[in-house]
Amino acid sequence: MTSELDIFVGNTTLIDEDVYRLWLDGYSVTDAVALRVRSGILEQTGATAAVLQSDTMDHYRTFHMLERLLHLLHQLIFQIPPSRLTVYPFWMGLTQPSESPARPRQTPFPLFYGGYYAFDEAFVREVLGKKLSKGTKKDLDDISTKTGITLKSCRRQFDNFKRVFKVVEEMRGSLVDNIQQHFLLSDRLARDYAAIVFFANNRFETGKKKLQYLSFGDFAFCAELMIQNWTLGAVGEAPTDPDSQMDDMDMDLDKEFLQDLKELKVLVADKDLLDLHKSLVCTALRGKLGVFSEMEANFKNLSRGLVNVAAKLTHNKDVRDLFVDLVEKFVEPCRSDHWPLSDVRFFLNQYSASVHSLDGFRHQALWDRYMGTLRGCLLRLYHD
Amino acid sequence: MPGKLKVKIVAGRHLPVMDRASDLTDAFVEVKFGNTTFKTDVYLKSLNPQWNSEWFKFEVDDEDLQDEPLQITVLDHDTYSANDAIGKVYIDIDPLLYSEAATVISGWFPIYDTIHGIRGEINVVVKVDLFNDLNRFRQSSCGVKFFCTTSIPKCYRAVIIHGFVEELVVNEDPEYQWIDRIRTPRASNEARQRLISLMSGELQRKIGLKVLEMRGNAVVGYLQCFDLEGESGLVVRAIGTACTLDKLSSPAAFLPACNSPSKEMKEIPFNEDPNPNTHSSGPSTPLKNQTYSFSPSKSYSRQSSSSDTDLSLTPKTGMGSGSAGKEGGPFKALLRQQTQSALEQRGGSPHRFCRRREFPFFTLTAFPPGFLVHVGGVVSARSVKLLDRIHNPAFVGIMGNTRSYKLLDWNSFNSDEPETRDAWWAEIRQEIKSHAKALGCHAVVGYSESTSICEEVCILSASGTAAVLNPRFLQDGTVEGCLEQRLEENLPTRCGFCHIPYDELNMPFPAHLTYCYNCRKQKVPDVLFTTIDLPTDATVIGKGCLIQARLCRLKKKAQAEANATAISNLLPFMEYEVHTQLMNKLKLKGMNALFGLRIQITVGENMLMGLASATGVYLAALPTPGGIQIAGKTPNDGSYEQHISHMQKKINDTIAKNKELYEINPPEISEEIIGSPIPEPRQRSRLLRSQSESSDEVTELDLSHGKKDAFVLEIDDTDAMEDVHSLLTDVPPPSGFYSCNTEIMPGINNWTSEIQMFTSVRVIRLSSLNLTNQALNKNFNDLCENLLKSLYFKLRSMIPCCLCHVNFTVSLPEDELIQVTVTAVAITFDKNQALQTTKTPVEKSLQRASTDNEELLQFPLELCSDSLPSHPFPPAKEHLESASSNSGIPAAQRATSVDYSSFADRCSSWIELIKLKAQTIRRGSIKTTVTVEKASPVGDGNFRNRSAPPCANSTVGVVKMTPLSFIPGAKITKYLGIINMFFIRETTSLREEGGVSGFLHAFIAEVFAMVRAHVAALGGNAVVSYIMKQCVFMENPNKNQAQCLINVSGDAVVFVRESDLEVVSSQQPTTNCQSSCTEGEVTT
Repeated sequence: MTSELDIFVGNTTLIDEDVYRLWLDGYSVTDAVALRVRSGILEQTGATAAVLQSDTMDHYRTFHMLERLLHLLHQLIFQIPPSRLTVYPFWMGLTQPSESPARPRQTPFPLFYGGYYAFDEAFVREVLGKKLSKGTKKDLDDISTKTGITLKSCRRQFDNFKRVFKVVEEMRGSLVDNIQQHFLLSDRLARDYAAIVFFANNRFETGKKKLQYLSFGDFAFCAELMIQNWTLGAVGEAPTDPDSQMDDMDMDLDKEFLQDLKELKVLVADKDLLDLHKSLVCTALRGKLGVFSEMEANFKNLSRGLVNVAAKLTHNKDVRDLFVDLVEKFVEPCRSDHWPLSDVRFFLNQYSASVHSLDGFRHQALWDRYMGTLRGCLLRLYHD
Repeated sequence: MPGKLKVKIVAGRHLPVMDRASDLTDAFVEVKFGNTTFKTDVYLKSLNPQWNSEWFKFEVDDEDLQDEPLQITVLDHDTYSANDAIGKVYIDIDPLLYSEAATVISGWFPIYDTIHGIRGEINVVVKVDLFNDLNRFRQSSCGVKFFCTTSIPKCYRAVIIHGFVEELVVNEDPEYQWIDRIRTPRASNEARQRLISLMSGELQRKIGLKVLEMRGNAVVGYLQCFDLEGESGLVVRAIGTACTLDKLSSPAAFLPACNSPSKEMKEIPFNEDPNPNTHSSGPSTPLKNQTYSFSPSKSYSRQSSSSDTDLSLTPKTGMGSGSAGKEGGPFKALLRQQTQSALEQRGGSPHRFCRRREFPFFTLTAFPPGFLVHVGGVVSARSVKLLDRIHNPAFVGIMGNTRSYKLLDWNSFNSDEPETRDAWWAEIRQEIKSHAKALGCHAVVGYSESTSICEEVCILSASGTAAVLNPRFLQDGTVEGCLEQRLEENLPTRCGFCHIPYDELNMPFPAHLTYCYNCRKQKVPDVLFTTIDLPTDATVIGKGCLIQARLCRLKKKAQAEANATAISNLLPFMEYEVHTQLMNKLKLKGMNALFGLRIQITVGENMLMGLASATGVYLAALPTPGGIQIAGKTPNDGSYEQHISHMQKKINDTIAKNKELYEINPPEISEEIIGSPIPEPRQRSRLLRSQSESSDEVTELDLSHGKKDAFVLEIDDTDAMEDVHSLLTDVPPPSGFYSCNTEIMPGINNWTSEIQMFTSVRVIRLSSLNLTNQALNKNFNDLCENLLKSLYFKLRSMIPCCLCHVNFTVSLPEDELIQVTVTAVAITFDKNQALQTTKTPVEKSLQRASTDNEELLQFPLELCSDSLPSHPFPPAKEHLESASSNSGIPAAQRATSVDYSSFADRCSSWIELIKLKAQTIRRGSIKTTVTVEKASPVGDGNFRNRSAPPCANSTVGVVKMTPLSFIPGAKITKYLGIINMFFIRETTSLREEGGVSGFLHAFIAEVFAMVRAHVAALGGNAVVSYIMKQCVFMENPNKNQAQCLINVSGDAVVFVRESDLEVVSSQQPTTNCQSSCTEGEVTT
């Protein structure tokens, strides 16, 4: 007696979150069954292994169908108003929130959806800032071996990044909102995707050894600040001529701003200005800083580092190396002198504020736009 | 009698890419009705075309309106080559022809292609103008309403239940026409779908005509089936029960009429003895240990096609009416006469009908109170037919040759084919009728018919429950409703339906009679088998459970007549064994009655399968079932004895366990009251121990078995041993689960609103090596048990819940394949209340009173819902506003455009759901708005609502589907018409579609989606009495091909949640009598 066919179709599609997770993680049916057996489900429910096998197969088939549906959804995305998307869950009989009786195991479509777009930190850390093209895909095998995430799961995550990138690449408006609306993701997940897309677009280097201590969360935090302050969208200028070849509002850094940053060079090039800046900072911080002497000794190096980073940002290559530079020029020197985080905060606050008292310096607004974001990033990046 | 059909093609969406070069499609639409075709313009380069066509108008006869489906074809325009078809939509416009059902069909329909499945959607608006007044309406068969529901639909009242209507039409199957060799599979499938659609339309119209002749206005329990007879054609047949129904919302008639009787009703059953003429001369010779109603050798005809038809009339059938009528109790006789005259009066009426044989059959399974007087037992008949014998010579001659002929006008050949089929069914029905008579009954309720076809052999089956009915419901000319009738009528008590309708002295079969345990006046059998649902007023102890008997018998492969003979020889044994198995399992459960019994015999190339499903219950009126006693043939062997006693112990344990599980603890009744039956000489002389001889001692020792005789199983060979073993292998469902195949589970009445309808299909391949009857039985048994186990596992998140209306269908698609299809609905219930033990009669009566109240309240409730649309429901909107502002999306953004904002709302609500699962208040408020929207078609402003921008329709959301006739926690406010859909799906890339499982899974999901879309387009939000009547699956993995045919039907309805009604009524500032009624209803 062999089973030829074995299906279960409900008017509303039931999604078992445990099986869903296993599927997302890329386990084969056999592995998934083994894992479920190990979880003790047989004892809990009194089911047999055959029942479990059949159930798992059934769920995998359902997920497969839903996956195809998801992809269809994005193929159509440009043609239709977003409200129409809701028809697809309707086809599959997935419950919608208005109907959901809030049973723990019945996942409504958005949760299915969110789950599908969820990603592993370990994986994203590997591809963050890399070009999302086919070339990188070949590396998925290596990533899979390195992180222990199944190849299937890697592929799904990578394809998700690529899909989101492709869709929002051409769009105007808030990156997070675009992602959220077109992919129906949760706020949190949409922000993460915005960071991934932003990093991929600007190709920030994150893989260097000295950056290994940074988590995806650190980068995502910086990305958000940069999107908010350093992009075209941040200026809040609606493009006057919609037909003009505008850069993507949220994805690309504001070129004009980067160009202007050269002006900041005067802060370190003008010896008087540098000394005045130093004395202002030192006066304000004397007695308040545990590492005052180290700060005093290092001030010029640090300041030069920060300003030079700004001045170099006109070149694409230097933009890519932004994080490497920040870590090399600021984080590492401070860390080697054992600055506590609170001292770093005091210093950075004072360092940026003191510039306002420099009479000869005319680019206060520019400085604030640059330093406001950079301060936030540096504080986030400053840890072990 | 012309009518004007108007169709507008609005838009399409999600169309497939037809032009690879541009990744786009140039779509246009052909709208066809009858022989007229209209086309829209080509909408260039879009996957979401906006045709916004003019109104296409078809002027047609209403006969055509009933027969023809509206056919919409979406095509891709191609300048240089032929246009490619994207897919089709068939719309049955019948619902638009009733006066009270839908007024417009408008919505997004999935575009379906038989090769590719669903390919996008199309928005269509359909209307019908009938050029007639109400009078004219009545003249055609258009006005007749159809219901699949096998009880009186919830918002109607039966004025008269007329009786049986049947019809069949025959045609050649396009799949087997010569032209099929040269046309594409797609064309062939479409020809088939269209033909079946046409035939069902025709059939429905013909049945409608019959109903009008009987002066009815509706068909309830309408069951339409297809017989795919292969080369010999395609039969579409239908049966139903003609009724005159009254919509409950006609206020003047209903309220006063209903008030008084329901009050009376509460008292009658308890204060009065309804049967004053009880005969005291009860015979003192009840027979023991015999199965009840059908003696297998007689209950079906052993007809092969070669045998003569009259074999079926067994000697016993003659005695039924005559003797019973004379000798039975006067009351019974009276009833019988009334019923008969009521039935015959109609038969003899000067309609066309008088030429036909009148069958007193009813396809209903649940009845208005007082309708059912007595139940005799199950009657069934089967007949084996050879399909190739039916053609007249001319037909055979042509069919016999190769089909290289010119296109034939099949109708001319087939003209007498329906007659042949009619004659077959008439034979069987006649037999059923005579069986019923033998049981002292004049009617058959819960009647159904089915066929099983393999090659050229066809088994026709019919079964039902013999019953005595209250003639008042059947009489013509009673303008006043049944409710008033109920007043005058001396109604039988709650146990009345259990009382035997036949005459004790002249019993049609040996049975064991005792006095009724409830009223102690009338005789009842020891077990009762029926095909109907449990009457609502029956007293049940404990809970019920699903009981199945499963059986396979190998059969030699044979041709034609030899095959038919072999099958008809096997049938009696099959029936007997199935019956024995059912009886054993029933006893093992400690129960004494079966409801919803359905025995399916399936014929295959080399085997016969029998599957009987029923719901076992313990009826308080019937005697406590005895246990099962095992007797060995040669009791001298010591170890053998030991083995026997070991088995006996196991069985006893199982019975005790089952009694606990199903909470069966009947009140103890002392012997004196019952009057101990006088022991009878045994019928089966081979019995070694007579349980009754030692019954006194046993009573003391073995209380768990009660005082009744044990059912004796003899173990005289390995087969019997096998049987006993298999008895014990059935595993009870895991705790928290119950299952039944009736509408609702006896003993559970506190359903919560969550329902999940599902279909599960399994196919197993038998290894051809070890094909013995035993191995086969084991395989089949395992298949069914595993399937059930899988269902329990899948649905474990719904615990506590009950699988209701579990419907198993077995088919044998190939030599070594067994296919089992299950459709059922899982309903959750409130555990706390469910744990309440058995209701005492007093409680029961209270409950009954409250159900009467509920009936009373139906009208006020409807008033509330009617008044709904007039309220602009501000509270719900406010909720929405506040909710979405909570969710963090700026209100300004939402305000940009209507379309967009609705999405933002949705989106935010989804996202919020992710973030804040627990925000139930909000979710509740959204639900309210949605249902309000759905409920709006009740009012007058419905059309405006539905013809609003198409995207508004996508908010229709979930359409519920259920095989039950009701939706727990909701009121059905409107029936929109019957849904009857037939789909074919074929693939030539089976592997690519995920193998057979992937293929069928996707197809069934698509069928569900299409049913939901059609219901939504009618303005409905649920399908009740949903049934998948056919799921024929064929595969050829070597060729990478598969084909599947699915036929589904059900009633499209609008329902309103009771909780919403409550909300609305409490929102009304002027709390009048009505809203207080609603609240009262909810609290009861």
